Amino acid sequence: MKGKGNAIAVREPPAAPATELTRELVAHFRGKKDFLRQQWVEQMTAKSFLAGLTPKETETESITIYDTCVGCLERGEYRAAQSYATSMAERGVLRGMTTEQIIGGLLTLRDVYGRSLFHRYHREMARLSAALDIYEPVANKILSIVALAFIEEREKVVREEREKVVRQQQEAIRELSTPVLQVREHLLVLPIIGTLDSHRARLLTEQLLRSIRANRAKVVIMDITGVPNVDSKVANHLVQTVDACRLLGATVIVTGVAPEIAQTLTTIGVDLGRILTVCDLQGGIEEADRLLGYRVIVTESAGSPSPPAPALER
Amino acid sequence: MQVPILKQGSYLIASVQAALTDADLLDLRDRLAVQVGVYRSRGVVVDVTVLDVMDSFATRMLRSIAQILRLRGAETVIVGMQPDVAFAMVQLGLRLEGVSTALDLEEGLELLRRREKGGSNHGR
Repeated sequence: MKGKGNAIAVREPPAAPATELTRELVAHFRGKKDFLRQQWVEQMTAKSFLAGLTPKETETESITIYDTCVGCLERGEYRAAQSYATSMAERGVLRGMTTEQIIGGLLTLRDVYGRSLFHRYHREMARLSAALDIYEPVANKILSIVALAFIEEREKVVREEREKVVRQQQEAIRELSTPVLQVREHLLVLPIIGTLDSHRARLLTEQLLRSIRANRAKVVIMDITGVPNVDSKVANHLVQTVDACRLLGATVIVTGVAPEIAQTLTTIGVDLGRILTVCDLQGGIEEADRLLGYRVIVTESAGSPSPPAPALER
Repeated sequence: MQVPILKQGSYLIASVQAALTDADLLDLRDRLAVQVGVYRSRGVVVDVTVLDVMDSFATRMLRSIAQILRLRGAETVIVGMQPDVAFAMVQLGLRLEGVSTALDLEEGLELLRRREKGGSNHGR
């Protein structure tokens, strides 16, 4: 496993020759495989490390883990353990297995191996000590590989979750920030607040075009009072939006071009000549009324101290 | 497939039924140029509701149809363009300058009627 996502460097086997004792240990573990594995599974079941696994899965997983560990001992290198740990971490984290279950399971296996060595060599202390010298580094190494793989996997899952949440929130903000409002029949108002980048400009245009179709709009007022800075790129987006609306038969009025923005646009030479612009939203609505054939008249409402409400007439 | 041209009062309606080949577009242009004279029409509505693609050739043809028909004394309105098509067109830089557009057939006919009454107001 040489994937760069893995922080665990796989060290080349220390030039330890497969001594006679190592071969003996491997043979011992292979020979007692069924017995030791059975013992291991029993102990894990007792500590309820196997919750959530079916007996079949327990069987295959335990055989693989057992063989991988013995293989590492035999060959003195950990590539197999590394790749198995990574894939096990992926599966385990996905299924909500706790770190305690995994690490606890491996610690149990370590104890089972150790105990069996002890049983075998308890008459000759020197040989037991030599055997443990060979066996312990391997067991520790495997444990640390698995632990690291799990931590990494858990971090990856957490990171992905967080990124997903951020994406959803961005999407929500975008949705909220471009309302298309109908103020009169055939008249839509689109107040744009905040910076316009290409992505947002595209969403905004698509939404506006859909609204034009849905509301049968003939005039759209695009109010850019809330856009902090307009450069040639943003202006280009605006021109595209206006053109697209026109293809659906709607006229666009742009309002709220601030003095500084007007100066900037003139200085950088953006031509908005083909776009109908009015200074503020009120003026935009008046112009739209004119285009649509509405006329606002003031009615006399008797006894009202407040200014009379305007009434619409077409 | 040939685009049917229908007479509706003093207007003609060219109702596109399926995706258009270049030959179809040329054929539509030629027939419209003739029929406007035959029926003495004052306006033509081209309904492109079913089109989900509008390439540069189609755009150019629509523009030239509008110019030709103006010379023959009729106003052209393109109606029913899909929002996606409109957006794709402006992104590709395709413009329908000098051609009137309307949301659908109904709006297009109303636009022509209003123009004829003399009020050349919005919807240029």
